[in-house]
Amino acid sequence: MYKKTLSLRFPKKMVDEPIAVNLVKKFDLSFNILKATIYPRKEGFMVLELSGHKKNFQRGVRYLKTIGIKVESIGQDIKRNEELCFHCGACTAVCATGALHIKRPEMTVEFDKERCSACEWCVAACPARAMEVRFNRTLLD
Amino acid sequence: MAKKKVSKTIDDINQRIREGKVVVVTADEMAGIVHAKGPEQAAREIDVVTTGTFAPMCSSGAFINFGPVQPAIKASSVSLNGVPAYAGLAAVDIYIGATEPAEDDPLNGVHPGQFKYGGGHVIHDLVAGKKVELRATAYGTDCYPNRSLKKRVALQELSSATLLNPRNAYQNYNCAVNLTSKTIYTYMGVLKPNCGNANYSTAGQLSPLLNDPLYMTLGLGSRIFLGGAVGYIIGPGTQHNPDVARADNGTPLSPAGTLMVMGNLKDMNPKWVAGVSMLGYGCSLAVGVGVPIPVLNADIARFTGVSDEELFTQIIDYGSDYPKGEAVSLGTVSYAQLKSGTVPFNGQDVPSVPLSSYVRALEIADLLKEWIEKGQFLLTQPVETLPAGKMGMA
Repeated sequence: MYKKTLSLRFPKKMVDEPIAVNLVKKFDLSFNILKATIYPRKEGFMVLELSGHKKNFQRGVRYLKTIGIKVESIGQDIKRNEELCFHCGACTAVCATGALHIKRPEMTVEFDKERCSACEWCVAACPARAMEVRFNRTLLD
Repeated sequence: MAKKKVSKTIDDINQRIREGKVVVVTADEMAGIVHAKGPEQAAREIDVVTTGTFAPMCSSGAFINFGPVQPAIKASSVSLNGVPAYAGLAAVDIYIGATEPAEDDPLNGVHPGQFKYGGGHVIHDLVAGKKVELRATAYGTDCYPNRSLKKRVALQELSSATLLNPRNAYQNYNCAVNLTSKTIYTYMGVLKPNCGNANYSTAGQLSPLLNDPLYMTLGLGSRIFLGGAVGYIIGPGTQHNPDVARADNGTPLSPAGTLMVMGNLKDMNPKWVAGVSMLGYGCSLAVGVGVPIPVLNADIARFTGVSDEELFTQIIDYGSDYPKGEAVSLGTVSYAQLKSGTVPFNGQDVPSVPLSSYVRALEIADLLKEWIEKGQFLLTQPVETLPAGKMGMA
């Protein structure tokens, strides 16, 4: 079982490709949509957790790329600026996976990257703006 | 024969600081000491209790004088890094407020707005030693002919820069929830629908005014820790309201007293004055405030010995009640519950989320303790203590 969180960027023309169904039917993969947005200029952005056999995963990603979607691995894209973080805890309100959590009784805010789904909620919700998105260009395959 | 009751003066304590004999503990340590030994013995052994708090405090800002300028200017409109400052003062005096957004900020045009840069960030950048672009325009007078000015300024080049915060260190604050079915973005952080989280913003047992609940030792002229430097309480803050319901230990059950504080911005440290952005709400400034409380007698020892279990606040709905101006208490919770990670509400366990950094609050109390122990910081007798309201008339 292979599992990775991907960011997909759709060009604005792409509206008629049922990618999720194709990933399931043609490549035997399962998915979990963590975020899906259409930006004002009509480009789409999706964060997808994709899992299945590694060979199928690679084929699925190849399929997404051939139809014109920009695919990036974003497992390590969210980073905490340790100098800016002042350990208030505001981010824990929006972190759905518990990657950002408070260690008690110390009350320090811990960031467990392994549990981060890169939904980017914390980036906007952090008062100190300590959570940063780093675009690492680790392309898959 | 019973031992004589403890009665010390600020001068006695300062003498002990000078002699290197002073005994200082942080407010969280004091809770254990008073619990174990009782207030009378604690007052005998402990001279000073240090407190601390670090959280966004919107009612903050700085008075800056950027003169002299050649040719002379009486600025009527001024901005710093694109953030407007109040210029309705003498020629080159301005006040930059923490919540002022940049001129070109989209605000909540696309809700929730991010408010990436504002007055709090300008103050933070100045304290961090960064140069800030100052732009000023003027209508021109015979004595001040200059009509426009643009220059990059650094904090140390300014003729004066004073942090003067009209309201800091609120004595207790609401616990915010959202009972509507939509996520809301408030000054108390992001509140998820259907009571998805309960946000609070107090250092609890470390909080300055919760350790001197009846304002017996603090007031105009109290020397404090402010933004990493020495500052002063210059009076009650705006909205200071002593006349609220209180627990038997004297602490208020809802927001009550506040502090107006002042200090030299040039001496401060960016770690303790940090610009913040509250999603969908606006900009602000996180301020580090630490107040030393002289343990003059057993009463004050008892007050400073308060712990999170004995401190309470009210749950308020920010989804519907608060915006209408009809905030009512939906329940009472203790800071021990809030700090545990969940609070019981309507039969469910609601995750509690702090906006106030307990880690930094403790660091401030420890730093202040160190300053006093090393003899670098003497206590002061306030010229006038904070108004105690009806309690003072009893």
